[in-house]
Amino acid sequence: MNEAVEALPPDSASPRIDVTPLLRIIVPVVLLLLWWIGTALNPGGLIPSPQDVGTALWDLAFGGIYDDAFSKMLLPDLIASAGRVYGAFILAAALALPLGMLIGRLRIVKELLEPTFQVLRPIPVTAWLPLSMIMFGIGPKSAFFLVALGAFYPILVNTVFAVRSVEPRLFEAAQMLGVSPARLFPKVVLPASLPGMFTGLRLGLGFAWVVIVVGEMTGVQIGLGAMIMDARQLSRTEIVIAGMAIIGVAGFLSDYAVVLLGRRLLAWSPQHG
Amino acid sequence: MTEPLLQAINTGKIYPGGIEALRNANLTIAPGEFVCLIGASGCGKSTLLRMIAGFETITSGQITMRGKAVTGPGSDRGMVFQDYGLFPWLTIRKNIAFGPIARGRPKAEAMATADRFVTMMGLDRFADSYPHQLSGGMKQRVAIGRVLANDAQMALMDEPFGALDAMTRERLQDELLTIWRATGLSVVFVTHSLEEAIFLADRVVVMSPGPGRIVAEERITLERPRDVSSPEFNDIRRHLASLLHADHARVAA
Ligand SMILES: Nc1ncnc2c1ncn2[C@@H]1O[C@H](COP(=O)(O)OP(=O)(O)OP(=O)(O)O)[C@@H](O)[C@H]1O
Ligand SMILES: [Mg+2]
Repeated sequence: MNEAVEALPPDSASPRIDVTPLLRIIVPVVLLLLWWIGTALNPGGLIPSPQDVGTALWDLAFGGIYDDAFSKMLLPDLIASAGRVYGAFILAAALALPLGMLIGRLRIVKELLEPTFQVLRPIPVTAWLPLSMIMFGIGPKSAFFLVALGAFYPILVNTVFAVRSVEPRLFEAAQMLGVSPARLFPKVVLPASLPGMFTGLRLGLGFAWVVIVVGEMTGVQIGLGAMIMDARQLSRTEIVIAGMAIIGVAGFLSDYAVVLLGRRLLAWSPQHG
Repeated sequence: MTEPLLQAINTGKIYPGGIEALRNANLTIAPGEFVCLIGASGCGKSTLLRMIAGFETITSGQITMRGKAVTGPGSDRGMVFQDYGLFPWLTIRKNIAFGPIARGRPKAEAMATADRFVTMMGLDRFADSYPHQLSGGMKQRVAIGRVLANDAQMALMDEPFGALDAMTRERLQDELLTIWRATGLSVVFVTHSLEEAIFLADRVVVMSPGPGRIVAEERITLERPRDVSSPEFNDIRRHLASLLHADHARVAA
């Protein structure tokens, strides 16, 4: 089997030390240092120091330092926001996946819906805020709508593209093997476009985290966005930054989980496996 | 002569843009026959093959398979593409089982069939790998196995070994002949290589462009395995080359 090529050989043949973890933390550490130096040189400034933010984070998580309205609120706020993010994401996916497949594969649906979406898509979620509060009222429903809207388009666009760009050769292959035209969708289109749809879902979930703060500007009581908005009004900038950090980490972990899932489910795809 | 498996009668193809890719092609293929199509680029070899497969509409004349007009793809004619056309989301075993499953065979039976052809094609080590993990030669084995597992009566092969290195190509040629003899499959095989055509075929069909048409047919009666360096082989090669080149000269004139 001289022409047989195994799966790419792992690099483990060489005994060198893996420097990847080091590479990954260089930039965050440098940024943290610059921030620390900057605030240390300018003690009376408006930007709080990393230590202040660290203290605020501790108080947000466990309380016992300031014991004010923000103390021990990290978990409830995080749970409320994550609930909205995932709930709205699931709603967005439930709409965008089937719509995307229909737009991508059926001419009539494409002509019917695509122009409308092309015009609606560039409108930023922030611009929808006032209208959303009129339509869904002040509070969580509006937040839910805005987050779902943010997640919707990336899923839609990627799904349309994925089902449209199935290699024509695969249709021929399936048909010559006995797949009837009506069965081409489940047998070929769906599996072939899974990686593209997955990319859309991943981007959509990322966007849901991005717009959660805007979503929670709708007057919700609890949530990371609400926390940031409240802290801003009280000029508690260290809490604002702590909230930013929590969203960043939560979004990162959520994305990482999705990537791991993708690696398991899409092992066949060179881009994901 | 036995009843023909496939017949193309005055078959022609004009693509929507107006290009006449094939004119008045007549071709008869007997069960178990190995036919090579050869000719300059653009002479309609792929077009003819794809019309036999049912992927392209026939714009004049007709093609029949066992007396029935070809109107679309069917599992009696299996295509082996130069670019493989394997399903990237399926393991090798499941790629080969795809046809039987698509045609409603019970899962267990389909998998057993697939296992048989995985072994026949020398793919045991790769049964649970995905296509992107295989070399070109291995992928083409899967593509052939997939057609065989589907009980096709005719394999249509469009320059299947064109993208492979010379050594892999020769091995696959040998293996293809072994399988062909063992299965009684009919093969229509498009190639750019005269040597490949003479090495493989019972009959070589020479085509020429502008518009694409069949200009000559040559039966190859050399004993198999054929020796590409024998004088007889070379005589045939010279003769077919002159047919191909005569045609070039005429086009140039
Ligand atoms: N889908 C198509 N639409 C329009 N014209 C086409 C199409 N496919 C092929 N042709 C044209 O038909 C003619 C024959 O093409 P075909 O692919 O059958 O040639 P070929 O003999 O297979 O060539 P090659 O050896 O390069 O593969 C060419 O002029 C080509 O440009
Ligand atoms: Mg061709």
